[in-house]
Amino acid sequence: MTIISEIVANYNQWITIFLMVSGLYIVVARGNMVKKLVGLSLFQTSVYLLYTSPGKILGGTPPILDPDFTVYSNPLPHVLILTAIVVGVATLALGLALVVRINEEYGTIEEDEIFPEKDGE
Amino acid sequence: MTLESQLPALQIVLPLFGALLCALLRSGSLAWLVALVVSLAMPVISALLLMQVQDGGFISYELGGWAPPWGIEYRIDVVGAYLVMLVSVIGALIMPYARASVAKEIDADKQAWFYTMYLLCLAGLLGIAITGDAFNIFVFMEISSLSTYVLIALGKDRRALLSAYQYLIMGTIGATFYVIGVGLLYAATGTLNLVELTARIAEIGPTRPVLAALAFLVVGISLKLALFPLHVWLPNAYTYSPSVVSAFLAATATKVAVYLYLRFLFSVFGVTVVFEGLPVPEIMLVLSIAAMFGASIVAVFQDDIKRMLAYSSVGQIGYITLGIGLANKMGLTGGVVHLINHAMMKGALFMAIGAVVYRIGSSKLDDLAGIGRKMPATTIVFALAGLSIIGTPGTVGFVSKWYLALGALDKGWWWLVFLLVASSLISMVYIGRVIEVVWFRPLRHTGPEVRDVPVSMLAPMAILAAATVYFGLDTSLTAGIARRAVDILLAGAP
Repeated sequence: MTIISEIVANYNQWITIFLMVSGLYIVVARGNMVKKLVGLSLFQTSVYLLYTSPGKILGGTPPILDPDFTVYSNPLPHVLILTAIVVGVATLALGLALVVRINEEYGTIEEDEIFPEKDGE
Repeated sequence: MTLESQLPALQIVLPLFGALLCALLRSGSLAWLVALVVSLAMPVISALLLMQVQDGGFISYELGGWAPPWGIEYRIDVVGAYLVMLVSVIGALIMPYARASVAKEIDADKQAWFYTMYLLCLAGLLGIAITGDAFNIFVFMEISSLSTYVLIALGKDRRALLSAYQYLIMGTIGATFYVIGVGLLYAATGTLNLVELTARIAEIGPTRPVLAALAFLVVGISLKLALFPLHVWLPNAYTYSPSVVSAFLAATATKVAVYLYLRFLFSVFGVTVVFEGLPVPEIMLVLSIAAMFGASIVAVFQDDIKRMLAYSSVGQIGYITLGIGLANKMGLTGGVVHLINHAMMKGALFMAIGAVVYRIGSSKLDDLAGIGRKMPATTIVFALAGLSIIGTPGTVGFVSKWYLALGALDKGWWWLVFLLVASSLISMVYIGRVIEVVWFRPLRHTGPEVRDVPVSMLAPMAILAAATVYFGLDTSLTAGIARRAVDILLAGAP
């Protein structure tokens, strides 16, 4: 039973790891370029959880100074992740833009259809 | 609040605002002028920074006036300052070259965007070397990577798009691994400042989260570094990107990743954790030797010279990581000096092949037949830098290999010296093949347009080629730099 109670106690980390691994799996296993980007996005998003969930302190309030409270949650991970979200959005947007251009040039976004015609490389 | 105290910020802010200006100008020539002015200002600033830290001190710059560890700290020591110098000098040499090459290879309406992305990339690379904050490194890494993807996608061939996409996937996975590592470190230590991290990791020792963080960081940075076998994105990216981009990336991007390696392995985690408690040296040695041979042998069989040089880059990175794997004074000196040397020689080689592309529009080996008679200066540059790749005595390539061999001997590993020589012979084959074709085959492209390139293109690569010979004979500067950097790294000071 210890394994189960450990999983329950750290459920946030198990969810993080599940999302991380499934995102990475999609990137590796899918040949469709948009689906790959979806997986990549999922992978990046899981990191947001990795950062923010330890930032929450049990019983802590939002970090606004108040004489009534002494325990605050850590605001720094949220600030970091705000930056990481911006990076993630930029990456996804650029990736999708590249896929649009690839579709214009090759007429497909399936890797198996593109790579055979790479003139013998 | 003098201007001098703001130099670390200016090093980043100038290219960032230059990029903005380029995007607003919309005209290729004006954007080039902005990029040129900014790129030429960069070495001046980095020289001023270097002068301040040369005798072993460091500059700590509080961004926005917030004292570390609350604010982001820009921290420059000798190691960082030399890297900043390297990147900015290469950037300054490439800009005069870029005008003609970009005008030929990129559509007129996209040229301003090219310079925008180039300056962003420069800002990102310089930022990585300057900042002293682990998360800030990630942000700069992504600034440089995202702009690199665009730069590669600007290549004429439609396969440039695929290479950019492939690199985007690999690069993002690498960067995300890096953030996961930093996140674990933050959870374990509660700080992101590299100096504080060093102190706290020394306190808590190699616990499981710290080791997991180390693993994620090493894999993430290795992807950026194109360490064999994580190099698959590199050959395509260098082959299909515009010539200027290949030269710039080959000379700077992987070097900055090596710097991150050095920072994390030697400063943050420390030699005792990484090199004595874990099989890192063994892993590094095996991968480096695999790169030196595997990638070099693949390079021999390429018919596209840009692709050949790209594989050669993977092999040469093997020498740098070999120095890291040896982790003794001489070996590491060899690795660090090769970082500088490889930037010079690969920059010159990619610029030379870019000059050929400028004249005949192809980098295929067969198309280059006999071109040495029509473009003598360009081929001499290629030959000089090529000799350096081989490691001929009197060129910088020899200096790096000499130090690596000394490092191997210090450990009593004769076989490694043998392997170093053997891998040099392979590079002799692929460089020799090109030399044979360009000088001894009948000329294929005859037209009057096939002649040496304008001075603006010739001068930068001639300077780099001359530097490979000069620093091969007078090693006091480059090897001196490397030795001082190694002293700092092995001492474990952040």
